[in-house]
Amino acid sequence: MSIDDVASLILLTLAATLRVATPLVLAAMGGLFSEKSGIIDVGLEGKMLMAAFFAAATAAVTDSAWLGLLAGIVAAEALALLHGFACITWRGNQVVSGVAINILAAGLTVVLGTAWFNRGGQTPALEGAGRLRPLFLPGAGDNILVYVALLSVPLTWWIIERTRFGLRLRAVGEMPLAVDTAGISVPWLRYRAVLLCGLFSGLAGAYLSIAENAEFSRDMTAGQGFIALAAIIFGKWRPFPAFGACLLFGLLDEVAIRLQGVRVPGVGEVPVQLIQALPYLLTVFLLAGLIGRAVAPKAAGVAYEKER
Amino acid sequence: MRLVRRALPRWAEVAVLPLVNVALAFVIVGVIVAVIGVDPLHALRLLVAGALGSSEAIGYTLYYTTNFIFTGLAVAVALHAGLFNIGGEGQAYIGGLGCGLAILALDHLLPAWATIPLAILAAALFGAAWAAVPAWLQAWRGSHIVITTIMFNFLAAALMVYLMVNVLIAPGSMTPQSRSFTSAGKLPQVHEVLAAMGIQVTPSALNLSILLAVACCAGVWVFLWHTPWGYALRTMGHNPDAAVYAGTDLRHMTMLAMCLSGGLAGFVGVNELMGVHQRIVLDFPAGYGFAGIAVALMGRSHPLGIVLAALLFGALQQGGAELAFDIPSITREMVVVIQGLVILFCGALANLPRPWLQSLFALLSSPRVRGEVPAQRAEGS
Repeated sequence: MSIDDVASLILLTLAATLRVATPLVLAAMGGLFSEKSGIIDVGLEGKMLMAAFFAAATAAVTDSAWLGLLAGIVAAEALALLHGFACITWRGNQVVSGVAINILAAGLTVVLGTAWFNRGGQTPALEGAGRLRPLFLPGAGDNILVYVALLSVPLTWWIIERTRFGLRLRAVGEMPLAVDTAGISVPWLRYRAVLLCGLFSGLAGAYLSIAENAEFSRDMTAGQGFIALAAIIFGKWRPFPAFGACLLFGLLDEVAIRLQGVRVPGVGEVPVQLIQALPYLLTVFLLAGLIGRAVAPKAAGVAYEKER
Repeated sequence: MRLVRRALPRWAEVAVLPLVNVALAFVIVGVIVAVIGVDPLHALRLLVAGALGSSEAIGYTLYYTTNFIFTGLAVAVALHAGLFNIGGEGQAYIGGLGCGLAILALDHLLPAWATIPLAILAAALFGAAWAAVPAWLQAWRGSHIVITTIMFNFLAAALMVYLMVNVLIAPGSMTPQSRSFTSAGKLPQVHEVLAAMGIQVTPSALNLSILLAVACCAGVWVFLWHTPWGYALRTMGHNPDAAVYAGTDLRHMTMLAMCLSGGLAGFVGVNELMGVHQRIVLDFPAGYGFAGIAVALMGRSHPLGIVLAALLFGALQQGGAELAFDIPSITREMVVVIQGLVILFCGALANLPRPWLQSLFALLSSPRVRGEVPAQRAEGS
């Protein structure tokens, strides 16, 4: 291999990594807002799946990627509001609500997809204006959502670390009583966080079905919402480290595809499943305290009940 | 006249509230079915006929029920200890691996009466072991059991694909499945047992695992409410500080609760592999682990409630399959939608109908309540 070959291989791998990491980054940033405000979001996967379905279905019917994107965001926001309604207004268990959303989305997307398109849960293939196209580099798949994902990281950091809203968001995730005492509405703050989460997971889901692929297929998120959740934990609930974790997990995915059936000298054939399982394995190691320590927002998972 | 809301009577708390929650979920299901363009009542009739209309249908309903009882009990035992085990899916998978490995190792050496109990034991041990790691991480390293059990579901799936594709695949097989078990590794089917007793029923997938499920229900009931360990486990779930004060080691109790939970989930492998597939296959847990959450929440974590909820879900699973066959625009995934809605309404939104019910009860008993002072405040949560 010449230097040029190596350079182009690296470039191609980087571009592919970014493509794979984009939905992870978007979902992770959304999840960060939610978790920072003290609302655990196990339902990222479900929101992404629902958004992917409604984006592809709308884009297929209207032949407009933008309307598809909008529909995806609306679908994810609807589930986000449901999560907020259950966890904030009715102080239900956040994990139970997230699990319910995941299962609901897994079923509803196939049920509605089969009823509307009659293709065993798939949506019709998107062509032309129905898909988000690459902006500058035709071969690299650099559609607008890739750039949105890249920008979302500093934006998330800025909102959480440098704005008044962000300060209150962090406070409400650590000690809602203090926020309440200061006369700020805990539910309204948390609702805004949950809605931001819906927005980003909607973008993430729409990316899967109308940008990276050209149709919705059943269970197409395939655990990416959970990998995003793992990235949040791996990044210790901070935007830039979480972004790094998303890139790492994206790279692992890319490596797993490239290593399929390849014999590595001295090691033999590397089991692809091991590489695919690495994000989960690494997160478990992190949680076990073997590589640093991840501390969640203190009030995460605890419903806030105002004194009466 | 202003109505005074007070805490619901216990019988309403146990019986009425869960029924209202389930009813709410099914109202939404009806709306979804109507949106698809199918008459919900017509769909319901087909579903009931599909689930209970013949001895074969009832057999399949009970076969699905068996799985739901195992995973429902698994979630419930952990819930009683205040732990939320979302890892039933992975524990069922690994439990099945244990069951299958035991049979593959023994079915040429031992007769059925020796192989079957050992395989059941292996299923429980493997399921428990897969739950023990997240339990240990929670108890000793403080990592959140919800997150770790989710991760362990994916790890189980990856491990099984690796093992089936590379190690356990039957020589010459194109699909990733192990060699068939011999007759020593076959759990008797219920229709065979009944035939031996002179009763003829249509064959179905129902096998003797259902007796194991019933035994597990009784066992869990005795353990939780009639042993000191069960008492300590429930104390931990209600109030960990009180449990510590009473001398309970929370770490050991976490391990105990999760291992029991994982072992129960592992029995899904017994029903599926030893009862039906007769070999190790991929993806046999098929969502039963997650559905167990719905079953446990709907059954209020009590074995009797779990049996009733599991029967309902078993009927939905079987009836839903028949319904999908009769009406092509409805797919089997409708059952998954129902599971999600039940988890939502019986779990996260369980308190939603409480104020309405409280108002209703206040209205019904208002002539007696009116004179009483001071009025009790509505229960907060």
